[in-house]
Amino acid sequence: MNGERVARPNPLRRAYVKARALCAASLANMLEYRAEIYLWVLASVLPLILLGVWARAAESGAYPRSSVEFIRYFLCVFVVRQFSFIWVIWEFEELVVSGNLSHQLLQPLNPVWRFLASHASERLVRLPLVAAVLGLCFWFYPRALWLPRASDVLAATALLLLAFGARFLLQYMMSMLAFWSERAAAIEELWFVVHLFLSGLIAPLDVYPESVRRLTELTPFPYLIYHPVNLLLGRGAPFERAALVLAGWGGLAFVLQRWLWKRGLERYSSMGS
Amino acid sequence: MRRYLRVLVMFWRTSLLSELEYRLNFLLALLSSLGHAVGNYFALSLFYTGNGSLGGWPFFQALLVMGTFTTLSGLSRVLLSPNLARIVEHTRTGTLDFVLLKPIDSQFWLSTRRISPWGIPDVLLGLSMIGYAARRLGLPLSSLLWALIPLGWSCVIQYSLWFTLASIAIWYVKVHNVTEVLNGLLAAGRYPIDALPPGAYRFVFTFIVPVALLTTVPARVALSQATPGWLALAAAFALGAFVFSRAFWRFALRYYTSASS
Repeated sequence: MNGERVARPNPLRRAYVKARALCAASLANMLEYRAEIYLWVLASVLPLILLGVWARAAESGAYPRSSVEFIRYFLCVFVVRQFSFIWVIWEFEELVVSGNLSHQLLQPLNPVWRFLASHASERLVRLPLVAAVLGLCFWFYPRALWLPRASDVLAATALLLLAFGARFLLQYMMSMLAFWSERAAAIEELWFVVHLFLSGLIAPLDVYPESVRRLTELTPFPYLIYHPVNLLLGRGAPFERAALVLAGWGGLAFVLQRWLWKRGLERYSSMGS
Repeated sequence: MRRYLRVLVMFWRTSLLSELEYRLNFLLALLSSLGHAVGNYFALSLFYTGNGSLGGWPFFQALLVMGTFTTLSGLSRVLLSPNLARIVEHTRTGTLDFVLLKPIDSQFWLSTRRISPWGIPDVLLGLSMIGYAARRLGLPLSSLLWALIPLGWSCVIQYSLWFTLASIAIWYVKVHNVTEVLNGLLAAGRYPIDALPPGAYRFVFTFIVPVALLTTVPARVALSQATPGWLALAAAFALGAFVFSRAFWRFALRYYTSASS
């Protein structure tokens, strides 16, 4: 009688316990590698270099944004990029090529949760250094200091979470190619070239020629950086459309990923590794 | 000297042969380099919308700087980066012992052992940018040839910085990330130094990560606008950095204790 009352905890609670354990473990793991993560932060100073170049060039007043606006724009790009950096494809490629994926397949947990947990905790580890760099920049350019509206911050955060999800799913979908090729990460390098020039990373899209800008709007890239940053700057952005586009790309990547995952696993086991 | 040359040819032939097994990689590298070159050209042109400019440099002069940058980063992908993984591997597994025992300078061996053809598209694209810019500016061939001298110094500076950082592998095996920081900072070399705001920016990119010496000085020489001060600084920096990289490697080796340590 008594034994029946000690029923299995409900699935929600079990999921919560699992998620907590997973997050705690990957946070501890990432803290161990904090030196490397800090170096990655320092390696991504491109927006800060462009900040200087654009701020100086804009002193002539030749562009649609002023010098201070360029400084704010690139500071936001720097921060946004820190939180949208995805590296699952290299990790996954390594797991497949080395055969270590087999260990993870034995566990009653889809490997994707591990990747997701380590991406999330890596972001936390980055925070202190990102804050320090930001502080340094504002100390250097005190006139660039501004306080975004709370509602804008909220909307931008929502958009950034969606962007993170879409980017993660897209790259995870591409990672599935590792089942077929040993150099799946090369596709990410090509993807990154397009991302670099169409997302607003190198310059705000409003300085692009009108025709090129319209072309970028047909891709998911501006919604990853340009529009969220504009929201933070209080310049407004097509929030509903951005959310829809990101959710759409994320959903498409999810469906494709599930299909490729099934196909890939059949191949993987047939490789006998 | 003859012996070093013979060894160099042998190193490069063997590593080229082994790299050429992956032909699909070459296609991907080509596409990626082409994408970067088109994108960078476009990004540079953005500064010249309206009546804007880049630190007073006309577009084609700035393109000369970008071409120099692309060539240099291609050269470093061909000559330098493929060796980094090897240096790390040698220190981690202790096979550096065998390198140190060879009757050849260990720094020479470690920094020339491998080359990789994947950076060649970047070199070619960089040279085409320089050529196109030089034609639009009507530069005579002789001034381009003069620019080869400071370009040689640039190569020495870039090599010395890279090898100094690579020496850190003796203490810290994740040195790849350290060189990524260097690459991230060198990205500033795409633009003439005058495009950066005066003050801290210019100081950092002249004396600490000397992109001004790497790309602006050769471009200035090609344009016959170089000042003796800049030339002297570039030559002195190249010499100093090279001597320092050798001294630092000697120093690092004192901490090398082979495997199982």
